[in-house]
Amino acid sequence: MISYILRRIAYAFPILIGVNIITFVLFFVVNTPDDMARMQLGVKRVSDATITNWKEERGYDKPILWNKNAESIKKITDTIFFQNSVKLFVFDFGRSDSGRDIGHDISQRMWPSLAITVPSLILGLLSYISFGLILAFFRGTYVDVSGVILCVIMMSISGLFYIIGGQYLIGKFLHLVPISGYDTGLHAVKFTILPIFIGLIGGIGVSTRWYRTIFLEEMGKDYVRTAKAKGLSETRVLYQHVLMNGLIPILTGVVVILPSLFMGSLIVESFFAIPGLGSYTIDAISRQDFAIVRSMVFLGSVLYIIGLILTDISYTLVDPRVGLN
Amino acid sequence: MTKYIKIIKRSILDCRTISQLSFCLLLLCTGCGDSLWNNPYPNQDSAKNIHYDSFSERPKHLDPVSSYSSNEYVFLGQIYEPPLQYHFLKRPYELIPLTAAVLPKPRFFDKDGQLLKEGSNLEDIYRVKYKISIKPDILYQPHPAFAKSESGKYLYHDLNTKKLSNINALSDFNMVGTRKLLAKDYVYQIKRMAHPRTHSPISGLMAKYILGLNEFAEKLSKIEKDNPGLSFIDLNDYELPGVRVIDDTTFEIILSQKYPQFLYWLSMSFFAPMPWEADYFYSQEGMTDKNITLDWYPVGTGPFMLSENNPNLRMVLERNPNFRGEMFPTEGERGDRESGLLDDAGKKMPFIDKAIYSLEKESIPAWNKFLQGYYDTSGIVSDSFDQAVQFDLQGDAELTSEMQAKGIRLLTAVTTSTSYVGFNMEDEVIGGDTKRARLLRRAISIAVDYEEYISIFANGRGKPAQGPIPPGIFGNVQGIRGINPYVYNWNKDKSVRYSIEYARELLAEAGYPGGRDKKNGKQLVLNLDSPAAGPGSKASFDWMRKQFGKLGINLIIRATDYNRFQEKMRKGTAQIFQWGWNADYPDPENFFFLLYGPNAKVDHNGENAANYKNPEFDELFNQMKSMSNNPERQDVIDKMVEIVRRDAPWIWGFHPVGFSLHHQWYKNAKPNLMANNKLKYKRIKPKIRKEKRAFWNQPIWWPITLLVFLSIILLLPALFSYRRKEAESIL
Repeated sequence: MISYILRRIAYAFPILIGVNIITFVLFFVVNTPDDMARMQLGVKRVSDATITNWKEERGYDKPILWNKNAESIKKITDTIFFQNSVKLFVFDFGRSDSGRDIGHDISQRMWPSLAITVPSLILGLLSYISFGLILAFFRGTYVDVSGVILCVIMMSISGLFYIIGGQYLIGKFLHLVPISGYDTGLHAVKFTILPIFIGLIGGIGVSTRWYRTIFLEEMGKDYVRTAKAKGLSETRVLYQHVLMNGLIPILTGVVVILPSLFMGSLIVESFFAIPGLGSYTIDAISRQDFAIVRSMVFLGSVLYIIGLILTDISYTLVDPRVGLN
Repeated sequence: MTKYIKIIKRSILDCRTISQLSFCLLLLCTGCGDSLWNNPYPNQDSAKNIHYDSFSERPKHLDPVSSYSSNEYVFLGQIYEPPLQYHFLKRPYELIPLTAAVLPKPRFFDKDGQLLKEGSNLEDIYRVKYKISIKPDILYQPHPAFAKSESGKYLYHDLNTKKLSNINALSDFNMVGTRKLLAKDYVYQIKRMAHPRTHSPISGLMAKYILGLNEFAEKLSKIEKDNPGLSFIDLNDYELPGVRVIDDTTFEIILSQKYPQFLYWLSMSFFAPMPWEADYFYSQEGMTDKNITLDWYPVGTGPFMLSENNPNLRMVLERNPNFRGEMFPTEGERGDRESGLLDDAGKKMPFIDKAIYSLEKESIPAWNKFLQGYYDTSGIVSDSFDQAVQFDLQGDAELTSEMQAKGIRLLTAVTTSTSYVGFNMEDEVIGGDTKRARLLRRAISIAVDYEEYISIFANGRGKPAQGPIPPGIFGNVQGIRGINPYVYNWNKDKSVRYSIEYARELLAEAGYPGGRDKKNGKQLVLNLDSPAAGPGSKASFDWMRKQFGKLGINLIIRATDYNRFQEKMRKGTAQIFQWGWNADYPDPENFFFLLYGPNAKVDHNGENAANYKNPEFDELFNQMKSMSNNPERQDVIDKMVEIVRRDAPWIWGFHPVGFSLHHQWYKNAKPNLMANNKLKYKRIKPKIRKEKRAFWNQPIWWPITLLVFLSIILLLPALFSYRRKEAESIL
């Protein structure tokens, strides 16, 4: 298994370099270093000298990918791309264009993101699996039919509607929780209730239907028929056999997103004013802070690769037939 | 039957109890035990003298020498104290001393160093000196940069990465100190403008006026280049000819030419004092790695200090315990006393203990929290405009009955800014000084109906512009004398836009009858560049096309992102463009310079985006900018306005009207578009706020209870069916 993991990590390097190059090219096609300087320094009265100075200080006065005026290896190394990318591979994110330490900011802002995403994932899994099981259990009855119709309706509604509607109904109309905001420590709990609840409601449609399908597929298999023929109750068959076997695709689907939980949610964090990594990325894009954008894209890629490796490993753990060799 | 009713009743009660209990448990965990569950603040703070507000964008800079944005001034204005400030109540805007003992007066000198009389010829003036005396006994806020041991040694001036291992924020330093404000702190700050690392946006402008600032900047750049890795340059060691410390409380600024607007700059945070101790403290090894910088933790003498800087969550200003105290103004303009704005006259400021600004990126949650009483003030976005404001038969804005019932108050003020459509005067078709081009521009100016635009797109919140100078700025003339005679007529005490038929006549006279070029018969096609991209702008673009269409002109919209737009403006490739300007200070020079030839964007990278050049206008500009506000200056301004109205380099657009709301417990609210240090004047009545919040925010349970009850009712048949199924025998 170790050799497999090492091989996968080695494969990750060209992917990360590729991601970095694409990020660089896309970003600099849209924004020149001059644009970035103007964005940081403001647009009123800024002189050319100040802009030149700002670029020099951050190394944005160099060519982007290829320095034709430099000698030998410096043609590659004396570029914005090289000087900014190499450090990323040792997770040295450097400074944002506004001068702040990105690593420090990430370490601070991942906690609010996790405060939303982890409970959302756990509660979501519990609820969606329960709903999926209920619908599968009552398959063909009015509960199943109305449940599926409700799921289709719910998955057709925009996530933004749930957010605004939830804030209006629960925060503004019923006065049960704060509409938006965040706080530190335990005081954060009351601010997380609404985004977690809305995230939960917003995901019911898609997830319940998916889990229902998984469980129904399992319920049609031979071992379920055998279990029933042996006289096991419907509940026991469902919870002891169908649920356990149905968990294999669920588990592997969940493991892949586990590392990404750090990255937070872009829209939810923005609407609920949660100072997580999702809003950090959005802010960086709108402020054209390339240093943060490339760091977050890199981090996202790394986490996604870790997620895929964990998924492969989890397959071997839950299904003895699968090996990593 | 009774039995069933009892069961149902019990179920309802149970449902309610369960749901309430779960919420209680959750909220008790968070230390929120009373009935206001939607209170975003700790409940023990409800009766405290705290001002609550929101902000939508994190400040980029809190270093006063770099900051040049209104969302940063909200904080900086309360912390830093430049020598001057604007009178809070008087209009027109009036400069008064803040830390300065008196308002400084310029003294003019000739080449021989002889003092000249006021009103001397511009050519004779060689140097202008401003001698500024500051009030004694002003203290800085408590700060670790000033902390000293008993032996008088600075406690935190020999830091390094190792010593900072347990320090993550400024509050982690145990000891703080203070010292008196000195004249040399102002001089130090002026020198910082030239420091290559501060990137001061006004360094270029000030280098034109402050003697030797340019050379000083070059000297500092050379020091930086010669000493790579140098973390601190003690600016006290280097002389700048344009500034001089006379004694502990007096300093002098020397300008190389007359610049009366300089006094306005002295009210901005660029000229706030900076103690060298703070600059040195933040420059030490390891501080930047911990994000402990001057750009993050300001050090000032003002009424408030930044006690929490977490712009991703909230910014907290707390009363500076070392603040000397300042008295509320005893004079205002007419009507201020009657409206209660002088109730606090002569009382010691500030009135509030703390101000908490919470981040609200989206306008809808911010608006709803304002209505719940969790913010003291609010702006009005277009989504909530109809809910908040309505117009009476006379067209005056008033609050809706819902807002009035809540005791909310509305304040309106024409902003000192302008939103315009510019013509690129270097363009072959629309630009230039020919009669043909001028008539074309005038025809378009008439056709683009800004009264309609304001009504549709700004909810009536705007005043059509008659020229470049907004109301409230010296030089703006109201009434019949103030209308733009090339676009408006005066009829029954109001300005009336000329008819579209007249615009068509002008267009025909320009050689485009019916919008077609007389020479080749082709339809006139013009391009409008705008930085307002996105679906939200489509309606206004369609409207603009329609306006040009009234003349038979085909308008092509080239919406682009702001970067590309700026690039087009710098290169002069735009033909017609939309832009705006917000005043730095209340002087006509700050608007006329947008049309001054030597400021042309293409040739000089200045702020004259239309690249308008008129020698007569430029000469008058040079004359006007160094004059005092008097009838002679008004005459010159009138001539300048007439020239630009005739040449029409802009469609003058409109001056936005700012609408703001505040609750009944928020006192001393008066729009002041120039002052940045307004927080000290504000007063809160926390008792009323607490009562209103409690009244408006009682939790409502019945819909939840009903939902749970309905769910149970709906699931009961399924439950019975399940039980039946489980009990069924296979055989």
